[in-house]
Amino acid sequence: MDISVDAAPAPAPSMRSFQDAFARALLDPALEPAAEIADLARQPGFAVYRNTVMKGCIDALQANYPTVERLVGEEWFRAAARLYVLSAPPASPVLAQYGDGFEGFLAGFEHAAELPYLPGVARLDRYWTEAHIARDESPAIAAPPGCLPTALARAVMRPHASARWAWFDAQPIFTIWQRNRATGPVDESDMAWRGEGALLSRPCDVVRWMGLEAAGCAFLDACAAGRPLGDACEAACRADPGVDVTALFERLLEAGALRQLDA
Amino acid sequence: MTLAPTVGLGLKAQHYADALAAPADGLWFEVHAENYMVEGGPRLAWLEAIRARHPVSLHGVALSLAADAPADDAHLARLARLVRRFEPVLVSEHLAWSGWGGAYFPDLLPVPRTGKSLERIVANVDRAQEAMGRRIAIENPSHYLRIAAHEWDEIGFMSEIARRTGCGLLLDVNNVHVSANNLGGSAEAYLDAFPGDLVTEIHLAGHKPDPNLGDALLIDSHDAPVAPAVWALFARLVGRIGARPTLIERDGDVPDFRTLLGERAIARETLGCALRVAA
Repeated sequence: MDISVDAAPAPAPSMRSFQDAFARALLDPALEPAAEIADLARQPGFAVYRNTVMKGCIDALQANYPTVERLVGEEWFRAAARLYVLSAPPASPVLAQYGDGFEGFLAGFEHAAELPYLPGVARLDRYWTEAHIARDESPAIAAPPGCLPTALARAVMRPHASARWAWFDAQPIFTIWQRNRATGPVDESDMAWRGEGALLSRPCDVVRWMGLEAAGCAFLDACAAGRPLGDACEAACRADPGVDVTALFERLLEAGALRQLDA
Repeated sequence: MTLAPTVGLGLKAQHYADALAAPADGLWFEVHAENYMVEGGPRLAWLEAIRARHPVSLHGVALSLAADAPADDAHLARLARLVRRFEPVLVSEHLAWSGWGGAYFPDLLPVPRTGKSLERIVANVDRAQEAMGRRIAIENPSHYLRIAAHEWDEIGFMSEIARRTGCGLLLDVNNVHVSANNLGGSAEAYLDAFPGDLVTEIHLAGHKPDPNLGDALLIDSHDAPVAPAVWALFARLVGRIGARPTLIERDGDVPDFRTLLGERAIARETLGCALRVAA
């Protein structure tokens, strides 16, 4: 006969306090589990949930940042990703978008201090994903011959929904990213250690990328701000007085980086 | 549009071309809804191409029906958008929660089956069915924990949710096997007691023993072929309730498409036997 005074079952926890306690215990194994779930956290099966949640988050980051992974190796990547997950678990179930703070995390990550290009590479991986899942829309087609942006000075052209661009002042981020993004042997030849920009876009179903000089980035920044093409040309010239804006405009059209003008 | 009781496969990105080219011999495909909650791009275009040739089923993993909170409006809107675009033959979700306190946990977390959780889940299923304008099915979970706070048995709980919301039930035979193994109990008895008239879909998948505890703790890992014991349970189930749309899920260690078609052939044979007996 059981005479223990503890024999009466504890009242069932409320659903809310159960889920609060369960969620906290999932991400922090060191935490003493709250009374509501203490008998569950002690069971070996609790680790199944912990492991599945962590693996799901790390797998998602690994899928979203393949170039970072290629540069640091899978083991390093997954160890760093674990720390990122603990600091910023997913807020949305759409895991294709998970990791928008990963670039910033890497920038402040002491073990990445000797890899100063890693945050920039993470940004381009992020841009690739954003371009891949962006809204579909028709890009502006190549301008007719002789059609200069200066002739369209008052027209406003917005960047294509998939277009993402960045200028990196100090390092050849685009070259590093491009060489390591693809599978297959990495081009190990020397690269000039200087600032570089990049443009990624998906005018149809494939993400494309190209190097983009500071003037091109300034041009697109102006378009994104809703300023007319005349202003965008001026911004490009300020960034690089020697820029050929006609050639630049044609390259941007060729890349599908601009949205079709409204009829 | 209703789906004939044929065998479908989980659609993996690496199989898109094979899936598109496969004969439309009753083959259908199920996708995780969250993988297609994007604004545009090739993923949606591919699914559209598949949908033009084969029926598609939408399986959600993140609606968090069993969280103590109203199902998320933004997530329901994303689901409804997919339902409008792809007109899936089946839509399903889980008896589980995965979103809490602004965080998303990519897993199907357990809930004590109580009167309170029943009310919440019923309200959330109602909400989901209203948002999507259609009936959904909810799936029985895999269990890894003994939860003392349960007030209902699982079959009674799911049947009550179905009775009050009109939803269907998705019976995952591998989950039944894994749960019976992990918690003790008879998978056969569970399947024999499951209300066959509410079953709108059956799931089959593979599992793995826990790396530390071995067969004492089976993990519903979807990274292996369907186990012989699960095939036997499947045959027992359809022998009793008849054929239902049946899905083979494979999410990890994904083999080539032909191998999955081989597993599909086994399931088709079993369903064919059930149909012949019924006739």
